[in-house]
Amino acid sequence: MLEGILLGLDMALSLQNIALVVAGCLIGTLIGMLPGLGPMSIIAIMIPVAITIGDPASALILLSGVYYGAIFGGSTSSILINAPGVAGTVATSFDGYPMARQGKAGKALTIAAISSFAGGTVGVILLMAFAPALSSVALLFHSAEYFALMVVGLSAIAAFAGTGKVAKALMMTVVGLIMATVGESSLFNAPRFTMGLMDLQSGFSFVTLAMALFALPEALYLVLDPKRGSVGDAGRAIKDLRVTRQELKKIAPVIGRQSLQGFLIGVMPGAGATIASFLGYAVERNIAKGEEQDEFGKGSIKGLAAPEAANNAACTGSFVPLLTLGIPGSGTTAILLGALIALNVNPGPRLMIDNPSVFWAVIISMYIGNVVLLVLNLPLIPYIAKLLTIPRNYLIPFILFFTMVGAYIGQNNATELLILVGLGVGATVLRFADYPLAPLLIGFILGGMLEDNFARAVNLTDGVSFMYERTMTLGLLVIGVLLIFVPTYRRMRAQALQKGVAQGD
Amino acid sequence: MNLDKWIALVFLVISVAYGYAAFTYQLLPFERNMSFNPNTMPMVLSVLGAGLALLIIISKKPVADADGNVLGDINVARLGDYKFGQALALIGAMLLYAVALRPIGFLASTTLFVMGTSWILGERKLHIMMIAAVSGAFIIWFLVQEALGIFLRPLPWFMS
Repeated sequence: MLEGILLGLDMALSLQNIALVVAGCLIGTLIGMLPGLGPMSIIAIMIPVAITIGDPASALILLSGVYYGAIFGGSTSSILINAPGVAGTVATSFDGYPMARQGKAGKALTIAAISSFAGGTVGVILLMAFAPALSSVALLFHSAEYFALMVVGLSAIAAFAGTGKVAKALMMTVVGLIMATVGESSLFNAPRFTMGLMDLQSGFSFVTLAMALFALPEALYLVLDPKRGSVGDAGRAIKDLRVTRQELKKIAPVIGRQSLQGFLIGVMPGAGATIASFLGYAVERNIAKGEEQDEFGKGSIKGLAAPEAANNAACTGSFVPLLTLGIPGSGTTAILLGALIALNVNPGPRLMIDNPSVFWAVIISMYIGNVVLLVLNLPLIPYIAKLLTIPRNYLIPFILFFTMVGAYIGQNNATELLILVGLGVGATVLRFADYPLAPLLIGFILGGMLEDNFARAVNLTDGVSFMYERTMTLGLLVIGVLLIFVPTYRRMRAQALQKGVAQGD
Repeated sequence: MNLDKWIALVFLVISVAYGYAAFTYQLLPFERNMSFNPNTMPMVLSVLGAGLALLIIISKKPVADADGNVLGDINVARLGDYKFGQALALIGAMLLYAVALRPIGFLASTTLFVMGTSWILGERKLHIMMIAAVSGAFIIWFLVQEALGIFLRPLPWFMS
């Protein structure tokens, strides 16, 4: 491991990579702060830039910097204007915004920064310990297990989609898989399902799809519903960033617990920073006693520290399945996976053997990124917060323009822009009807790999007998099926039980 | 019928059409004896997709939460407040931009796009719009051209 750390230090400490971490964190913070723009759209916009850098380690360093910068920026807007830019920081606003209204905005921002830093750092240490171990287990996997593992990943993402949405999430996954079959693939001799269109010969472009699914709908949303982007009283001065020693003592155990819990939740596919932060908040409220419990929701520093530590630890945790298994657990890591594939890196257990520099450089850069966020943002927050006052009449045109340029420079093809707009409008309508979009992208990205591994396993055994003859494959597939059916069954049973009771409405 | 069921119906149609294409896929002569074919997974997917779409269509209506939001973060009761006109105009502007980008060049089309969209959104201060759009277009063009090394034709067809 020491060898790896040294290798990572060597890579990450190059001037270019340090500059990329700093740039990524700054861009992430700035855009993540804008209400309505989540990490997925920011990363989608940054992908063309990352891909043209050419070096996979540097690209991933930049994108992961953007990722945790965005989570950090999201907490700033949650605290200052009660408008979370990111779903993972909604829980932050429960106690952060009341603190800001009591005039303790500076203190709230400092606590958020410290908790984020601690959560992120604990997450990276755990990632360093977990990933190599998991990766050595994963090396035993054959194509049959890989196929099963991807099925588990896809069904876990659908299962965590929320009550009543499992069928929709599965539907979106299947749509993603269907879109992945369009065009040429590595296995076969002719392009498939192009409907005779030359532009679909090489399939849908991943960058275009990512933009169309996340960046465009969010921008259109800001247009449709102006209240969503309203910034209220962000212009207020922020002063007194200090935190007392007693306060630090009070939040230290909270941060410790929530970093660990957040990381473990982040590792699970489908459950990311959002679930981690809500769960962290709920757990801490239940643990707290008497007076402290009453304070939750009215500006409790514990209630602020818990989701902040949890969401940053979960962000780091979500890198574990990405780097060790090549399976993204969330929409954001799916986008990172797509970027890696575009750069000819095959994420998975062999990543640590084939491209150790990518793996370790990313881990070391996460340490650096955490420090950068703390050092850079703490003194700069009052100035950065001014960004919240940019009028939306200028913001939205530029967001639209960035998504279009991003899709265009990836392919240098104007038809790509028409596809982008078409898919973007479709995605907006899907969001209107509450169809989750992340499963679509994850299905699209995993589709090619899923088919490759499935084909290899079928060819080796000349049939689908591998599904029940290989114990590990069977076990994984059973888990995948259970993940979908157990929550559905329990919900149906709960509804059946409720029928005996008079319904409120 | 709710919007989500209409969408499921669209997916059903897509799945069936896709399934038709998959089941009638023309295999190459040597592919017929292979155990895994280009249409193996598509056939499975089309069946799965059609099944899930049907499941969504026949399943019961979703229950509204406390705020009356039946569908995610969309407040259906406030649907009238939503600015569909502006959104449609912006989509139109994006389509125009896509078509105009090559012939009239990056700088002119971007400037017009940013100014046009901010005008649609209600901005009327022409001079600020002008400065923001021109400088934004030029900075991005310069960054893409110099830092990323990707050629974007800056000027209209008759000037380059």
